[in-house]
Amino acid sequence: MTKKVLVLAEIREGNLRNVSLEALAAARRVTQDGEVIAAVFGSKAEEQATILGQYGADTVYVVGNPNLDQYTPTAYVQAFNELIQETNPDVIFVGHTAVGKDLAPRVAARLGVGLISDATDLSEENGEIIFTRPIYAGKAFQKKKSISEKVFATIRPNNIPVLEADTERVAKVVSHNVDIKDLRSVIKEVVKKATSGVDLTEAKIIVSGGRGVKSADGFKVLQELADVLGAGVGASRGACDASYCDYSMQIGQTGKVVTPDLYIACGISGAIQHLAGMSNSKFIVAINKDPEAPIFKVADYGIVGDLFEVVPLLKEEFTKVLSEAIVG
Amino acid sequence: MINLKTINFLKFDAEKKEELRLNIIVILKQTFDTEEKISIANGEVSENGVNFIINPYDEYALEEAIKLKEENGGEVTVISVGPQRVESSLRVALAMGVDKAILVDDESLFGDEYTISNVLASIIKGKEYDLIIAGNMSVDNGSGQVAQRLAELLDINHVGTVTKLTIDSGKAVVERDAEGNSEIIEASLPLLLTAQQGLNEPRYPSLPGIMKAKKKPIDHITASDLGVTAEEIKSQTLVTDLFLPAKKSAGKVLEGEIQEQVQELVQLLRAEAKVI
Repeated sequence: MTKKVLVLAEIREGNLRNVSLEALAAARRVTQDGEVIAAVFGSKAEEQATILGQYGADTVYVVGNPNLDQYTPTAYVQAFNELIQETNPDVIFVGHTAVGKDLAPRVAARLGVGLISDATDLSEENGEIIFTRPIYAGKAFQKKKSISEKVFATIRPNNIPVLEADTERVAKVVSHNVDIKDLRSVIKEVVKKATSGVDLTEAKIIVSGGRGVKSADGFKVLQELADVLGAGVGASRGACDASYCDYSMQIGQTGKVVTPDLYIACGISGAIQHLAGMSNSKFIVAINKDPEAPIFKVADYGIVGDLFEVVPLLKEEFTKVLSEAIVG
Repeated sequence: MINLKTINFLKFDAEKKEELRLNIIVILKQTFDTEEKISIANGEVSENGVNFIINPYDEYALEEAIKLKEENGGEVTVISVGPQRVESSLRVALAMGVDKAILVDDESLFGDEYTISNVLASIIKGKEYDLIIAGNMSVDNGSGQVAQRLAELLDINHVGTVTKLTIDSGKAVVERDAEGNSEIIEASLPLLLTAQQGLNEPRYPSLPGIMKAKKKPIDHITASDLGVTAEEIKSQTLVTDLFLPAKKSAGKVLEGEIQEQVQELVQLLRAEAKVI
């Protein structure tokens, strides 16, 4: 069935987000011979057109307005809504990111359509798109479809495989001007937090700490391991409540739900709320002093031991192996 | 006996307060306790023996609203769409310091995020308010749509995932969490906010609060009160299946000297898991 799919491609710190390429893959899955349109915003938008073409976009709409360099709901809703009116897609995909989560419901309300949030998978059955999404932070899953005139969904990072880049593919680039009116919020300042090197929802590897880390200082040991692996650092609610780290790092039913390729849980006992947020990770390693800790029940590999002994050794071993891999 | 002078004084005092008052609406959902395991019976999530709580993010919303009222004067109204059982959570909200509660327990108005946001909008349209505060998301359905949809339907500005809020001369200065970074935003009222963890430390209801809450009103609203028909705002999405994730079996707990375990782990991750 031929369909027109519109994907919002997101730029973060100058780079296209991986989830945008995943959304393009999702788009290609539901429209083999239809048109996939990528929309990209801000003064750095045009540079991304080549990559978007290589990963599945047929057409790239560039809205180069500098008012879109930083996300504000008013500006983004206007720009995205206008592109929807202009291109009239059957299906709309946005990443389930800070921007996507904040923007998509407003746009869906403006269009008067349903929205399926946080899809981890999708398939086509009898001409309808069926989405899989977690509920209760992954303690259960549901399949959902839209009965609106337009199908609209947000795609969870790290779940839909990106297509292989086709360097022969070139997308048509359309520059589109959007007049942005009545900016209702003004961003006064953006404060970057020291721990925010890697975004947790998109991280391929997460090193995470619990009460066993014992102090804010204790997280340095985890950060060092994370730096070697290019990983993000997360935390359990226990560690956040004890003020060892910022709430933005919390993983669990309250906090973030993550599905990295590798999750290394250090000094985390594994309360059910935490397990809900991470147990769908592809590989789980648990390091804990207590052999009875519930985290071992979901871990692929476990080491019973003191994290302050194990984690530095692990860092050394990874450093060694990774440098050998580069040399060899 | 009160003389005329006292009455005038009281009136003046009331007027003064009037200028500072903030009318705040809090959107609340009752959810499963996060401790609960999920089981499925007859194609639905079983509520059998489940302990229900106020959605944790909505507790932050309540606390912030009550704090603002205590500082500036005004009124806090909590609104929820859900079955009769939600009354227990509304009583908790009233005991924390909320003034009024509205419960839409008419089942014909239940539905997906499209439906719920339209129900809320039809209640709130025509009401006077300065702020609407909701949780960032619910810990059950987890879609985080209703608040933003509501802002759009009411045509007001919103700021999501708020970690700090100051109201000053008709303006809000808001700190929000944007994937680890923190943005400081200035926005005018009326405004809708969604509460993120770290915004505050929700209070427990006090005993006098619980006593007072018993006398506070809970308004029950049905479709006929709203002038909308269930058909007009029926769900735009349908659940076609519900299932539990495959049970993860416990993996391998390594043995031997710690140094050896670490080496083995790194080899396993490279060879079997192929993640490094």
